[in-house]
Amino acid sequence: MSRDDRTHEVSSESKRTEGTYKAQSERAARGAVSSPSAEPAPSADSKKGHGSRARTKMVAPPNDYLVPERDALLTPVLECRHLGIDFGGLKAVDDLNLMVGKTEIAGLIGPNGAGKTTVFNLLTKVYQPTRGTILLDGQDTAGMDTARVSREGIARTFQNIRLFDSLTVEDNVKIGLHNQVECGMWSGIFRLLRYWLSEKEFHDRALELLDVFNMADHAGDIAGSLPYGAQRRLEIVRALATGPKLLLLDEPAAGMNPVETEELMDNIVKIRDDFQIAVLLIEHDMDLVMGICEGIVVLNFGKVIAKGTPEEIQANPQVVEAYLGKQD
Amino acid sequence: MGFISNLINGISLGSVYAIIALGYTMVYGIAKMLNFAHGDVIMVGGYICFIAMNNLGLPPLVAVLLSIVGCTCLGIVVERLAYKPLRGAPSLAVLITAIGVSYFLQNMALLVWGADPKAFRSVLDLPSIKLFDGQLTVSPISIVTVLACVAIMVGLTLFTTRTKMGKAMRACSEDKGAAQLMGINVDTTISMVFAIGSGLAAIAGVLLCSTYPTLMPTTGSLPGIKAFTAAVIGGIGSIPGAALGGIMLGIIEIFAKAYIGTQLADAIVFAVLIVVLLIRPAGLLGKETREKV
Amino acid sequence: MMKRFKGMDKASRDTLITYALIIVAYAIMQALLSLHAISSSMVGLLVPICAYISLSISLNLVVGISGELSLGHAGFMSVGAFTGLVAAQVLAPAIPFGPLRLLVSMVIAGIFAAVAGVLVGIPVMRLQGDYLAIVTLAFGEIIKNLLNNLYVGYDGALHFSMKDVASLGMNGGKVLINGPQGAVGITELSTFTAGFLLVLFTLFVVTNLVNSRSGRAIMAVRDNRIAAESVGIDTTKYRLMAFVVAAALAGMAGALYAMNFSSIVPKKFDFNTSILILVFVVLGGMGNIRGGIIAAALLTILPEKLRFIGDYRMLIYAIVLIAVMLFSNNEQVRMAVDSMKSRFARMRDDDVIDDAAEGGEA
Repeated sequence: MSRDDRTHEVSSESKRTEGTYKAQSERAARGAVSSPSAEPAPSADSKKGHGSRARTKMVAPPNDYLVPERDALLTPVLECRHLGIDFGGLKAVDDLNLMVGKTEIAGLIGPNGAGKTTVFNLLTKVYQPTRGTILLDGQDTAGMDTARVSREGIARTFQNIRLFDSLTVEDNVKIGLHNQVECGMWSGIFRLLRYWLSEKEFHDRALELLDVFNMADHAGDIAGSLPYGAQRRLEIVRALATGPKLLLLDEPAAGMNPVETEELMDNIVKIRDDFQIAVLLIEHDMDLVMGICEGIVVLNFGKVIAKGTPEEIQANPQVVEAYLGKQD
Repeated sequence: MGFISNLINGISLGSVYAIIALGYTMVYGIAKMLNFAHGDVIMVGGYICFIAMNNLGLPPLVAVLLSIVGCTCLGIVVERLAYKPLRGAPSLAVLITAIGVSYFLQNMALLVWGADPKAFRSVLDLPSIKLFDGQLTVSPISIVTVLACVAIMVGLTLFTTRTKMGKAMRACSEDKGAAQLMGINVDTTISMVFAIGSGLAAIAGVLLCSTYPTLMPTTGSLPGIKAFTAAVIGGIGSIPGAALGGIMLGIIEIFAKAYIGTQLADAIVFAVLIVVLLIRPAGLLGKETREKV
Repeated sequence: MMKRFKGMDKASRDTLITYALIIVAYAIMQALLSLHAISSSMVGLLVPICAYISLSISLNLVVGISGELSLGHAGFMSVGAFTGLVAAQVLAPAIPFGPLRLLVSMVIAGIFAAVAGVLVGIPVMRLQGDYLAIVTLAFGEIIKNLLNNLYVGYDGALHFSMKDVASLGMNGGKVLINGPQGAVGITELSTFTAGFLLVLFTLFVVTNLVNSRSGRAIMAVRDNRIAAESVGIDTTKYRLMAFVVAAALAGMAGALYAMNFSSIVPKKFDFNTSILILVFVVLGGMGNIRGGIIAAALLTILPEKLRFIGDYRMLIYAIVLIAVMLFSNNEQVRMAVDSMKSRFARMRDDDVIDDAAEGGEA
């Protein structure tokens, strides 16, 4: 299957989205204001937003939110407003505004050191943000820690793979299922009925999830001994096991060969369709990003320099400059 | 007057802790290991000095020098035989080996010098200084201890910042691999750190035994653990931290003994460590490192 | 039967082998005891060996399974020892039957040690790595110092003091804990069978915990704390769980240990005892419970067997310790062992392939 076919397929699955992105309308409807933007084709909804601004006197984020049309009337799974963090004097991420639709596959790209992984660390509260708010499915995550954010529905993978290396593949997934299946310490120690029931559920669901990537045969292998590509896939399965609303993938294709990458692209789309969740991914492989992402945000020096559909991003001179340097 | 006298004793004991803590801090900084045998090097230093003065009849200064040389060699030998083969091994294995070395030194001392405590004669045969009509007595060894501590601090700070070897040490404690690529001989540098640490332990042993004159095979264990505590309080890896932690601990210990009770003094010392670490998890002057995600 | 055993996953098979090992060892010792075939010094060691095996298993939960270096395990042992002694004395009229009284005392000891574990664990779990280790050492020393200052008397009601015997304000009765002199006149309730049952119980609790949802969470935190947090595991909760369960089990072992002697002092449970238990765990292989059990038994017997060389025995012990560490962790030695292992593995794989080929023909 050629890359173009795939793009088309994604588009048809997302109910004809080709070129039909529009500014998110829900905030305007709630009375908050979506700002005017440099968006090529501002929609009617955002114009309505203009009208209400004078009345409510709210400060609008200087932002042009984008979500796929099918998600436009749903609460976005993720919304960041003016998000920022300082390391010492350095503004590693500054004034980041971002919105991911309920079932969107979104991309976060940018040159090395642009602050992409830092954004993931902010979203998952590995770092507490210095400024700004993060809304997960409409809920403010301020004050939550990493574990809580996971329970609320953000799952992630890591750029430098972080599996539970000494445990089996199956155990890794079972640990991902930790908050999905209940069994307390005493039930575990004294092998009460609860224990046997929960272990069966753990086992069945773990194998079911491993099947997504056809890894069920490797359930008994030690995770640390798997080949690199399989480790990356296992990390995704483990993240899926937590029952997320939003899946963050940090360079999922790193170290994979072209065949594996093709397969991964199919799988990411399949996960989105089967689980009806949103995916935000960081990736340097532009074939992957342009192939499956519906909306793309480009980061450079901790700031957003462009947003749009893959076509818009490819045509954006600022993006080209960020990657290749200024051309005279 | 009792207060000032306690303060002086506290600073003096603290200076001894500081000198021992320096050895811990430097070794931890470069080898990332808890060298539990360090306290027993103090004891060996005490014994060498004792033998040199009492059995060989050497003058105190020569005895002290002999003790420093002896411990320096001991430090190098222990590092080469016991720790160097374990470079890259899990840290727990190194820790247990260090404990093994500690048992070894204690039991060797027991065999060679016997279990009965030796009465250590101070290396300074001077009368106490009486101030304020005899209300305040200051022993000359206290003054010497504090002076020695200050001299060592200044010397070490100059050594680590100004000399090539000192800079190599700091480079190794930052990143051994990178240091090696820059042409630094990591093995020699680590040996050097053990040598300096053990030499300092000898000085500390002599000063400690001159102030508290009972010498036994287990003399070094508790001061060793407390000095290690001091190093952690100050921020392990930091030279001024070791000084700060050591002196703080000495003062707290003496005051706790004077006003709360001898039995509970140690409990209070360790409680201070816990409180400090809860407020500043990397110690008072330590830098906090964040794991890269 | 054999087929079912082979079909089990590795963890449950390992656990079964360990149970079998302990039961067989107990049976052999009982047989030898009834034949009077062991020396009296060895008989005296039986209960301490059981106590040390239990301690080795429980510390393995913290050091091997949870991955935190604890240098204060003897502190929890001593909390259990002294609460167990007091409980046994106080309960003497109520429960005249010795074994039952021992059991109840051990349970009380476990509960008190667990409480101590929570009190120590909450601050300790805010730290990591070597800093955590040094703070557990500090807590161990603090517990020892506090017990050194503890006076407990019983004259129908319990009296406590942190000063001296006089300030207990007793009407006759008996001083149970006398500060640094510890406890004297202990009723020696501990038996080899009680020790054996405690070992089984400890093994049961630890292995079951490890092979459950909670145990997986504990190991997840050990393997990768950040990843564990990222899948929604409350890391502090599970580190604390391992720490407290281990403390409770250590308390029970402490009670067993103390009631094997007629008198016991707080100084017995100092830093060196904590290290001794840690040595069992490390020599047995971290996280390898069976290894820790064997190491505990051997290293408790070894100094006894070396008694004939007098003052040299602790020196030999030290040398053995260093040699084992150097041998098992030196890179060159490890590489040699690994290459040997892989050669064996390859030979075995060849066998399997042969088997498969034969099976295919059949």
